[in-house]
Amino acid sequence: MAKTVNVWIDGNQLEVPDTMTIIEAADKHGFYIPRLCYHPDLPPTANCGVCVVDLAGSPTPKRACCTPVAEGMKITTNTKKLRSYRKTLVEMILSNHEVVCPTCVANNKCELQTLASNLGVDMEALPSILIKKPADDTSLSIIRDTNKCIACGRCITVCNEVQQVYALTMSERGIDSHPDTAFAHGMANSPCVNCGQCTVYCPTGALRERSEIDEVWDAILDPEKHVIVQEAPSIRVSLGEEFGMPLGSVTPKKMYAALRKIGFDSVMDTNFTADLTILEEGTECVAKLKAGDKRPLITSCSPGWIKFMETYYPDLADCVSTAKSPMSMFGVLSKTYYAQEQNIDPAKIVSVAIMPCTAKKFEARRPELRDSGYQDTDYVLTTRELLRMIKEAGIDFANLKEEEADEGMSFYTGAGTIFGATGGVMEAAIRSAYFLVTGEELENLDIDAVRGLEGVKEATIEVPGFGPLKVAVAHGLGNARKVMDRVREGLNTTGESPWHFIEIMACPGGCVGGGGQPYGNDIASRARRGLALYEEDRNLPVRKSHHNPEVTRIYERFLGEPNSPLAQKLLHTHYFERSVNTGQVVREVTHKH
Amino acid sequence: MKYYRSHVLVSINDTSINAGVKDFIQALRAELAKTGLQEEINVLETGPLGFFGRGICLTVYPENINYQDLKTEDIPELVNEHFLKGRPVPRLMLDSDSKFSPKLNYDQRVVLRNSGIIDPENIDEYIGVGGYEAWEKALTQMQPMEIVEEVKASGLRGRGGAGFPAGIKWSFSAPLEAEQKYVVVNAHDGEPGSFKDRLIKEGDPHQLLEGTMICARAVGATKAWIYIRGEYKLCIQRLEKAIAQAREYGILGKNIFDSGFDLDIEIKIGAGAYVCGEETALIESLEGNRGNPRWKPPFPGVEGLWRKPTVVNNVETLANVPFIIQNGADAYRKFGTPECSGTKVYTILGDVAHPGLCEVDMGTTLRTIINDYAGGMKKGFRFKAALVGGAAGVILSERHLDVKMDFASLNQYAAVLGSGAILVMNEHQSIVDILWSILRFFRHESCGKCAPCRNGCQQLYKLINKIKKGNGTMDDVEVMLTVAEMMQATSFCALGQSPIMGIRSAIENFKDEFIAITKK
Repeated sequence: MAKTVNVWIDGNQLEVPDTMTIIEAADKHGFYIPRLCYHPDLPPTANCGVCVVDLAGSPTPKRACCTPVAEGMKITTNTKKLRSYRKTLVEMILSNHEVVCPTCVANNKCELQTLASNLGVDMEALPSILIKKPADDTSLSIIRDTNKCIACGRCITVCNEVQQVYALTMSERGIDSHPDTAFAHGMANSPCVNCGQCTVYCPTGALRERSEIDEVWDAILDPEKHVIVQEAPSIRVSLGEEFGMPLGSVTPKKMYAALRKIGFDSVMDTNFTADLTILEEGTECVAKLKAGDKRPLITSCSPGWIKFMETYYPDLADCVSTAKSPMSMFGVLSKTYYAQEQNIDPAKIVSVAIMPCTAKKFEARRPELRDSGYQDTDYVLTTRELLRMIKEAGIDFANLKEEEADEGMSFYTGAGTIFGATGGVMEAAIRSAYFLVTGEELENLDIDAVRGLEGVKEATIEVPGFGPLKVAVAHGLGNARKVMDRVREGLNTTGESPWHFIEIMACPGGCVGGGGQPYGNDIASRARRGLALYEEDRNLPVRKSHHNPEVTRIYERFLGEPNSPLAQKLLHTHYFERSVNTGQVVREVTHKH
Repeated sequence: MKYYRSHVLVSINDTSINAGVKDFIQALRAELAKTGLQEEINVLETGPLGFFGRGICLTVYPENINYQDLKTEDIPELVNEHFLKGRPVPRLMLDSDSKFSPKLNYDQRVVLRNSGIIDPENIDEYIGVGGYEAWEKALTQMQPMEIVEEVKASGLRGRGGAGFPAGIKWSFSAPLEAEQKYVVVNAHDGEPGSFKDRLIKEGDPHQLLEGTMICARAVGATKAWIYIRGEYKLCIQRLEKAIAQAREYGILGKNIFDSGFDLDIEIKIGAGAYVCGEETALIESLEGNRGNPRWKPPFPGVEGLWRKPTVVNNVETLANVPFIIQNGADAYRKFGTPECSGTKVYTILGDVAHPGLCEVDMGTTLRTIINDYAGGMKKGFRFKAALVGGAAGVILSERHLDVKMDFASLNQYAAVLGSGAILVMNEHQSIVDILWSILRFFRHESCGKCAPCRNGCQQLYKLINKIKKGNGTMDDVEVMLTVAEMMQATSFCALGQSPIMGIRSAIENFKDEFIAITKK
């Protein structure tokens, strides 16, 4: 049990729980201690030394990030000496950093840049000790530029402790030490699942997405090409604050307008295929439930999760829904259904996806996702890349006049939009599955038990005619491990899974916390963006996927019915086992119907 | 027991093994047999003798004559002249002028009291000189807290460098309730210029085991680990043998001496990174992780090895413990100064006549150590400086020669005893070169965990390199001080906090050299 202790920060007496560190106590009470490697979402790496403070009775300063408070502790955060140490320290860190701020993706978002500017450092104080190394550009999703890396270790912490992917570790010693993959074989040849949480928590521009902005501009500016764009649910609640709007502003119509202004030929919406996913996955789930299958059904929307499953849980691949992700369903339909409806040669269609996600870049290039006869999704841009394009195009986003999306693959329900928050797919699926099982509509649509940021959420829903439906929701791959370990144990011992239906999202908070989201994407802003999606859901006229008229239309005109042979061909996929050492495919473990 | 006219003690250590001591002993015994002296002259294999000559060294008792750098070819002459005719061979002696004989102060020793006397590979010889009596006393006559109190009362301070009182360290872990506690012996001995722990282990491994056992009993640990660097082959071999013998005798194992107390000791071989001498990095390494330090608190005494209460003590610290328990704190306090009791083992290297090992009272002056135990300066050289405490130590000048060598006195000079390495330099040595060498070492040994040390060691190395080449200015010297001071304040562990010691003392004590070498 935490006790309350009295500490003094710069002469101010505070009462804080003894489980806190000095920096947590200071933050809670509004005292700022300069820091660089510390991030409130992550356990401290205690690496940079910037947060040192004086403690009465201690001969040397102590790190505020990892020193617990104690009764009677007298803390001084600012002295002439401390200021001098911090300044020299940051000057020294900069002396081993490639300082190319104007061209850096993290410009104006970089924590090192901000700290250096705040402390007023002298760039000439110390000679450069940077030894330039080539970047790791093996990955389809993430570029690692060691020259900008300050070896703070956050990426390793988030990869190993939060996500538990174990792709990165500190390599070599002393001045040569830097985060790297095992044997420096590169991100593509590691268990990296491309979730991109490392890019989110990197304080500098050392970790970033592989940019496809140039390719997308080229396609837009090519008169021969018909460029169609889809946007994931999270995008619409993640653009505004970059342009001075409040965090979590719901801006789908400004988003459509901006995309049209950039020059996309057809502006559609991933939320449409989110609704479609519910029908495909929901039908699959109901069939499984009715057949009395003891193995659970697990969602398949999150590409980081899928690669993680293929790497660490390939024995459970048959439990994962065969439904493609909403992005990939959109991709394949853009070159089949859309091409047919619009009478456009699919060879000329360039299908672009705006995703809060770095792993989607990898997903788009999976060789099996070419059921249209072409690469189904040509390019994936992260939210950060879209923001750069909006800025490059000089668009005044906040003052844009709202526009509607183009018709055909853009109508969406509240169920589709909450896909972006953890628990959202589950909630959307329950709304429709209830109908599919009972033939009756669910009355209370807000399923609070699966909302919020608790790591693993569980709920039991009474479904007439079926009984209690047990579900679980996990977000963040560390939490996914907890759920999957229990499923594996259950299946291996009693032959039963603790849950019938499981939603897993690779990123903490779900897609709103994705690895492609704007810098500063901490837990608090993930929560805010998640709430924004629920707010949009509440205000939409249609809140159940099976009532989406465009979804009904596509079944009538093209697919037939959910899980029909054509739907199976275009909208479902299969999985592989991957090597934990290299991330490469070892063998196919499930097969396409 | 047979009566021998003379005992020949042959030091078996890593150096002499490389020089072929095993063949040498065989040849020596054969030669003695040939001359019919095998019943009169006893050849004993033992640990470090207390001095360093080159190659194969031996001491002949009762004459107390030391030979060094012996070759198999020298054996007939040695046997004929010395052992048969009683005429020592000056050509082969440690000091050919016979003016200096290392002071083998056995009556003033604690840690090395048996070293060079008993066969370290024979538990009976250790028991024969009173070994394991303290263990029996601790186990059958004393309560754990009594042991802790006795060690507290002795004033024993950690000999690894920081000088933290051992009894107080033990008292943190002793009262804790835990399913498992550990004792870890820091036998890493990584300080450049120091190899005292190697010699303690080679010379008297059972004494270290006994100290470890008493510590384990005091804190309630049923498992002890000896973390030792892999290069120390002979130490590892002797410790393994000693542990096996102790198990065989029931001195280690289950229900020792019917006390109900169980204890086992295991050896863990390390890869030798300097930082792994830091107790938390050592623990990480012992757990199989990369040897990076951990943040304190929690201290290892509360959460150490595998997050269990763990007492980490240096080899020399624990080797003092049997004496304290056997003879009492008061007897121990007769050694050393009131503030720093006991003795200290030093390794003296560099431009002294007889580089070597000695154990002297805490508070003995640097001058006495150099003159009485190392034979003064090498012939024809003047004293200029001494690096005391290894790479993490300070560079003292002539005016510090009468500094008393103990934790408290050295503190006044912002110096540290460190692990007891003394590197003596003559007047031709460049202080800038020495500092360069120290800073190159730190650059190589920084683990890379924290930014101040990782980048700072590289900056310091680049700056001293520039200065050494004659391209630096006094501004660069100032920058070195600024960086090193910042490192002292902000580095995660003692490694990054240490370069300031050498830099500041070099600049303060030998400023002229820096002025001379830098550009105006």
